[in-house]
Amino acid sequence: MKPLLEVRNITKRFGGLTAVDNMDMKIFPGEVVGLLGDNGAGKSTLIKVISGVYRANKGKIFFAGKETRIDNPMHALKIGIETIYQDLALAENLNVYSNIFLGREKLKRFLGLIKILDHDYMLAESRKVLDQLEIEVPSLKKQIRTLSGGQRQAVAISRSIYWDAKLLIMDEPTAALGVVEQKNVLNLIKTLSSQDIPVLIISHQLHDVFSVASRLVIMRRGKKIAERMTKETTTDEIVGLIVGSIPGDYHDVNTDTAKGSDVNRRHFASKSGKNHRPKQNQG
Amino acid sequence: MMDKADFREILVILVKRWILIFLAIELVFFAVFGTNYLSLRNLQNILLTSTVVLLLATGQTFVIITGGIDLSVGFMVGFSGVICAKVMVSLQAAGISQSVAVSSGIAVALILGLLPGLINGLLVARLRVPPFIATFGMYGIAYGFAEIISNNVPIHNLPTLVSSIGHGYLIYWLPEKAFTFFKIPENLTRLELQNLVPIVPNVTVIAFIFVAIFAFILAKTRFGQHTYAIGGSVDAAERAGINVKRHLIKVYMISSFFASLAGVCYVLMFITGRAPAGSARLLDAVVAVVIGGASLYGGTGSIGGTIIGVLIIGVLQIGLVNLGVPTYNLYIAVGCILILAVLVDQFLPKLVHGKD
Ligand SMILES: Nc1ncnc2c1ncn2[C@@H]1O[C@H](COP(=O)(O)OP(=O)(O)O)[C@@H](O)[C@H]1O
Ligand SMILES: [Mg+2]
Repeated sequence: MKPLLEVRNITKRFGGLTAVDNMDMKIFPGEVVGLLGDNGAGKSTLIKVISGVYRANKGKIFFAGKETRIDNPMHALKIGIETIYQDLALAENLNVYSNIFLGREKLKRFLGLIKILDHDYMLAESRKVLDQLEIEVPSLKKQIRTLSGGQRQAVAISRSIYWDAKLLIMDEPTAALGVVEQKNVLNLIKTLSSQDIPVLIISHQLHDVFSVASRLVIMRRGKKIAERMTKETTTDEIVGLIVGSIPGDYHDVNTDTAKGSDVNRRHFASKSGKNHRPKQNQG
Repeated sequence: MMDKADFREILVILVKRWILIFLAIELVFFAVFGTNYLSLRNLQNILLTSTVVLLLATGQTFVIITGGIDLSVGFMVGFSGVICAKVMVSLQAAGISQSVAVSSGIAVALILGLLPGLINGLLVARLRVPPFIATFGMYGIAYGFAEIISNNVPIHNLPTLVSSIGHGYLIYWLPEKAFTFFKIPENLTRLELQNLVPIVPNVTVIAFIFVAIFAFILAKTRFGQHTYAIGGSVDAAERAGINVKRHLIKVYMISSFFASLAGVCYVLMFITGRAPAGSARLLDAVVAVVIGGASLYGGTGSIGGTIIGVLIIGVLQIGLVNLGVPTYNLYIAVGCILILAVLVDQFLPKLVHGKD
């Protein structure tokens, strides 16, 4: 089988800091891949490169077999790479179906000339996609602001799916949710992969990742250090790989290089001043 | 016994409709304590007095829904009114026919009136100047230009056609005898002229046509939907592929279009062009929009609500005149209503969603 997405030798630097260092990764159709790593490992930066937020300094992206330049987020959306961020980019004052169709509203003719919103169509189509994904919300006519975090998450995902997402990327999708809602989102991810839509998920809840992902990619200090099939590993091993108590497979991050990158980090922090956001704010 | 939840539900419904209830109370109050308050003539008087505010408030509704505000409209009325009057007077002096002079004056005023909106929009959308500052600057600039154009004096001696439009009515009705549109029926005796019932001022008709068109645009079209979306979340709108900057520029141009139209209506009604015309109506317009359910944080509001807001102010204004109360009290009343409206806006969500 051919990978849907392949990144090769991706490197992204911020000033003197190498946030992503020569990363390789493949994602196959229908697969859920967990991207794991400690705070500051470079996970968010990597997916921002894939979703067009950042341009890589080096490396290539192949999408559906073709080398692709992803210059901006709109471009990523156009080719079907949808990213669900924590701030979900929904208009809270609009209702569910209006958000699903936002920017791509379905219109109909009124009195033969004027184009007006076709609410019935948008409502019916939205209901279809929510049913397909087995998502339950109280009413599609309710404003987003009245929904819970998990329901919002589900609406954002539905929108992506309705508009033909080929790959869904989720950065900490369960972080802000209650226990029941976390379960719902995880179920939703399973539903997506059963419908052949691959998902790349970043999460600190190892338990969550283990329950949905079939393959795990572990990053440390910007590098991919290991890759495991979920079935063939344990949380202990993964934790060890993440924190560095177990050496990685590809790049053995020995003490020397680790120190080196720490120096880089400090150097960067002092140079960029307040642009350097505290690590815990980065999902 | 009604339980607590039921009671709260009823309360929520009442509070949500408070503006309609408030308007009804006003009407009942003035009907009881005023003289002939509910007469056709007096009701039309309310419409006429409210025309400028209605136009300003309609444009303002778009701006406020996007989370902005347009303070420039106060002096935009004078600006476009002065241009309108000046063009009419000049063309008439040059011996050009009245109808050409009048229509040119209106056209030039409406076209030039888009310019301040374009500049406001560019400042807000492209240069990220806060709307309050950008439009406040434009407020001063528009006033200054209006004074320059009018040489500091009101422009009088407009073509007579102006007053026949501005003081005319849509329908003239002489019970059991005549029924005409736009023109007073011919060959009437003096007594018949006295009994003639004029229905709906022309200016009100003009205003309502544009208000209705834009109410439709806001409520039914993609443009309206994007206006709400931008007010809800600029990020979401941008991510959805909406060209937010271009949309904001259009919204500020809509507002200045309505302000210029208000200026033209002012000229039609008062047969004069004055630089400070309408400046006092800015507060009324903003208040009307806010009473009408728009939040100054953006994202909510409707033209229907705004119309009710305008009527609340108009009914009050004419009511105070009717009771012989000095009109400066209107400012106090309008100020109080504004604060009340903002308080309701703030506490209604708590009432709806409980205490948390
Ligand atoms: N916009 C940015 N500018 C400068 N440095 C950044 C930026 N984003 C991330 N970094 C730095 O890059 C490194 C990787 O960050 P990130 O990709 O957010 O890690 P993760 O998501 O794995 O926690 C961190 O050291 C972080 O401080
Ligand atoms: Mg992160």
